[in-house]
Amino acid sequence: MSAKLAVTTLVLAGAMSTALATFAAAAPLTKAEADAAMAAKKEKCFGVALKGQNDCAAGPGTTCQGTSTTDFQGNAWKFVQGGTCTSIDLPNGKKGSLKPV
Amino acid sequence: MPPEPISFAAAFAPALLDPTRDAPQIVTGPNGKAAGKRYDVYRNNVTVSLIDALAAIYPAVQRITGTDFFRAMARFHVRGSPPTSPLLFEYGRGFPDFIARYEHAQTMPWLADVARIERAWLDAYHARDATPLAPAQLAAVAPERLADLVLTPHPAAQIVCAEFSAVTIFAANRDSAPVSRIDASTPEDALITRPGFDVIVRHLPPGGAVFATSLAEGRPLGEAAASALDASPDFDIAANIAGLIEAGAFTSIAFGDA
Repeated sequence: MSAKLAVTTLVLAGAMSTALATFAAAAPLTKAEADAAMAAKKEKCFGVALKGQNDCAAGPGTTCQGTSTTDFQGNAWKFVQGGTCTSIDLPNGKKGSLKPV
Repeated sequence: MPPEPISFAAAFAPALLDPTRDAPQIVTGPNGKAAGKRYDVYRNNVTVSLIDALAAIYPAVQRITGTDFFRAMARFHVRGSPPTSPLLFEYGRGFPDFIARYEHAQTMPWLADVARIERAWLDAYHARDATPLAPAQLAAVAPERLADLVLTPHPAAQIVCAEFSAVTIFAANRDSAPVSRIDASTPEDALITRPGFDVIVRHLPPGGAVFATSLAEGRPLGEAAASALDASPDFDIAANIAGLIEAGAFTSIAFGDA
């Protein structure tokens, strides 16, 4: 550890005492919104292990997911409708939407 | 006599995720007829169930991209990365890296990090239960020993460092509430913990990820704080200690070599 950045016992003791004193007060780390916690709570029973593995998931008569050799990549941009990605802005002002390639 | 199980699986499985291959010869219908369509049912169920598994593990990613895009992207991943564990919740560990490379996701550079947080969420969910460290245990440590304090990480605790606002994007997309405009440009590091039954995702303040990672690696408190200050001059030792304890990131304390 470099000398200039050495954290002295005094500093550490002060920090610990502040940490413990303020412990009951507001959470110092910004929570990723109550949203995340709520989502976690809502999905308490979420777990892929609970999902059936052998059900005919796509419904009767639909075998295209497993057998199609269609190249979806060429027109994948069409599929983005309905997603929230257009609400997410990038630093350079571009939106996170998909464009045809 | 029925076929020996392992050799049967070895003959049956390879074409499941590759629709360009013929159905295996061991699969026959009545009177020894070819049974391509019957085999296709298995193809479909394997493919769809693995895509569904990815959708269940990565719901925010699916909401961001939309279902059709997600399923198309997931199918490419499924075909190239079949499961290696019989435990379905272990599946899809390589999906975030796949997303980072996926040609059509390049306009969403934050998407892979959102996926990493979702994967960490599920791993935290399945991690071993453990009682988080009580603040009283820290209060009992003599001040001169604090620098050598070593903390044992909680089994569920994880850190995901992101170049973009992945925590905000994750939080906004994990449920069905409307998503307002999000500026993706702020790098956000995530702390994922499960102090009780519920997984909690938090946004770590500057230097927080370096601090928490150093501690999780078993480095003593004094060194971890110095590293965090080195990485981020604004690093607040007290706030970060309090935050990590409150989040349940550690279970016990010990002392490193003085």
